[in-house]
Amino acid sequence: MQRDGKEKVGAEGLKVAALVSVGRHPVTGRSRRAEYDARAVEIGLSLVRSGDLSLVHAGECSPETEGALRAYLGMGIDAIDVLQQPAGSDIVPALEAWLRAAGPRVVLCGARGETGEGSGLVPFLLAERLGWSLVSGLAEVESVERDTMTVLQALPRGQRRRLKVRLPAVVTIDAAAQPARQSAFGPARRGELCPLAAEVTPDAAAREWTTAPARKRPKRLKIVKASSARDRFKAAAAKAEGSGGQVLTGISAQQGAEAILKLLREEGVLR
Amino acid sequence: MSEIVRRDPRTEWIARNRLHPEHDAVLAQLHGGAPAAQWMGPNGIIRRNPHAVGFIGPNGIRRIDRSGAQTANAAGASRRDTAAAPARRRVQIDIPAFIIAVVADMPGGRLSAHDRDLLGLARQLADGAVQGAVLLVSFGESRDEGLAEAGVDRVVNFSGEAFDGYAPEQRLTALGGIERQHEPRHWLFPDSPLGGAELGRRFAARQGERPATQVWQIADGQCTGRGAAGTIDVTRGLRRIVLALPECAEPVSDTVHAAEAVAPPAALPQALRRIEDLGAVAVDPAGVALAEAEFILSAGNGIRDWDGFHRTARVLGATEGASRVAVDNGFMPRHRQVGATGTWVTARVYLAVGISGAIQHLQGIQQCDKVIAINTDPGCDMVKRADLSVIADSSEVLAALVELVEGVRREQRNAA
Ligand SMILES: Cc1cc2nc3c(=O)[nH]c(=O)nc-3n(C[C@H](O)[C@H](O)[C@H](O)COP(=O)(O)OP(=O)(O)OC[C@H]3O[C@@H](n4cnc5c(N)ncnc54)[C@H](O)[C@@H]3O)c2cc1C
Repeated sequence: MQRDGKEKVGAEGLKVAALVSVGRHPVTGRSRRAEYDARAVEIGLSLVRSGDLSLVHAGECSPETEGALRAYLGMGIDAIDVLQQPAGSDIVPALEAWLRAAGPRVVLCGARGETGEGSGLVPFLLAERLGWSLVSGLAEVESVERDTMTVLQALPRGQRRRLKVRLPAVVTIDAAAQPARQSAFGPARRGELCPLAAEVTPDAAAREWTTAPARKRPKRLKIVKASSARDRFKAAAAKAEGSGGQVLTGISAQQGAEAILKLLREEGVLR
Repeated sequence: MSEIVRRDPRTEWIARNRLHPEHDAVLAQLHGGAPAAQWMGPNGIIRRNPHAVGFIGPNGIRRIDRSGAQTANAAGASRRDTAAAPARRRVQIDIPAFIIAVVADMPGGRLSAHDRDLLGLARQLADGAVQGAVLLVSFGESRDEGLAEAGVDRVVNFSGEAFDGYAPEQRLTALGGIERQHEPRHWLFPDSPLGGAELGRRFAARQGERPATQVWQIADGQCTGRGAAGTIDVTRGLRRIVLALPECAEPVSDTVHAAEAVAPPAALPQALRRIEDLGAVAVDPAGVALAEAEFILSAGNGIRDWDGFHRTARVLGATEGASRVAVDNGFMPRHRQVGATGTWVTARVYLAVGISGAIQHLQGIQQCDKVIAINTDPGCDMVKRADLSVIADSSEVLAALVELVEGVRREQRNAA
């Protein structure tokens, strides 16, 4: 694994930004670095030297969030820009202004936040407003050229797809990317959080929502539609058995293999 | 038997009239010669013969079937059969008041379970005081014949080279065309990774509207969705663009709709192609996690030739799995075990070689679509579960399989 901060694609002067947020531990509920954002920073560190990777956070800078943000610094980052935003504000305009000013070629984001609405819309809104390309579900960056980059996108079932993306680009990162390195305590203490004033847009729509702890969703029942009680009983008591399977007896291995191969071809699993 | 029920008013009248001289003969004939279980006595009282109720089952025990299906045998069995299978109501919507657009993932050209749930949700929104229609938007070649049963009134299909592979920008312009042409009241997307989740968010960003994401319930004009990594529920007024989770509604089960094809919008603006799809990358099947592998070749206690098994997995490009016995005997690593104490797999094709199909193993493969068994015992449980079973020796079949596949590959290489 590529671990020691060496850039694997010798892109000189490539500017990369990562958007980081404050996460929440699923069990203890404490603030921590967000899992996907940390993976995004890890990808950033594999692309460029830590000096060329700028991290930005939009939100409050309070003692609780500071601990979480310092965990990113502990990955070998010198400073994080913190755009001051009170709770309940729309962070997209502030981030957009910051990105326009900084002008990175690649913006790395986690797929979705761990607090708040967590809708995963921010990368899409930023890409749309800036007119940049967007790729979701990034697994790996293979190479970065002057105005394109080649990436691997994670598909379901462990498959990968190679894409060539025009720069500048916004990419989202989820569980398919390699896990983030541990955060070291010393660098986390030494690193700097630079608070920046930024325009504040209140999120008016969110005020009308009601939020509650997630309710457990009911398990779906198998509903049997039958006209008589007897039919319903029979359906409920029936053993789930894959009936109608084809059984080939008394054939040679050759014929058996052909039958299997035919089914594999029909299902399209044979490449 | 003919479907038409012919009534004979005269015999019916005689059967009712117990004073008629032919009454007994007609009753006997109506009940198919068997003694009647119930009749009206001479004083107008219903008489029952308990010995005539029911029938003698295959092992000599009297069975009583109270569904009415059995006693009706004599009279109109065919009529009851048709009544037993509830027919779906046919619905035709000619002039809908509004349109609900559903953008289905349709992996492999067929509706997924998630798509069906979404169509059920769309029906909830469309069938109200004013009748709307459900418009299915699909990309790529559609191979699903069950669209009408899934609750689709109209279908727009975009296919062609431009929409193949990963083409979110092209798809987005197509959706823009639908937006202009039909002005849907709601847009529903499945919130599935790399399918509707991405397209829906792109579309919402393009329209400049805030969607409701991860929605799992819509009721009374409010929608409830998950937020904050699934730890909270956000309830808000129903949005125009909704990204819904699986099982957000029950799929349609009692109606059949028209599923009428509608021509896609004629002139679509040319999309700016910023992303180029360079195609799928060959991944090492051995590196794919068992739980998400698509094609698993699984070994049990019936494997004699382990080198041959590993070779087959390599040639077929399958991920290896194993039963507990194969693992306990040390032939396979523990993380390859399938079943109750191993991994629950979701493969599309599961090829079980020399596995007897113990319940602990079958539990692990519940979600597999197609199961193929190679076994020497035609009576084992795996053969009962399998869609295709080959009763033969495992080593020979695997060797033949390798030979066939390699033979085909060699031919292709020679031809090329
Ligand atoms: C608590 C508990 C948990 C368990 N959890 C699991 C689990 O998670 N996963 C699991 O797999 N098992 C599990 N088991 C074990 C399970 O009950 C069975 O013992 C096991 O699955 C049997 O494995 P098998 O089918 O490979 O072996 P067997 O039952 O020995 O079956 C071998 C099969 O191979 C066939 N065969 C033999 N020779 C050949 C040949 N030359 N060619 C073709 N076919 C041949 C035979 O006809 C037979 O059907 C669990 C058991 C317990 C008690």
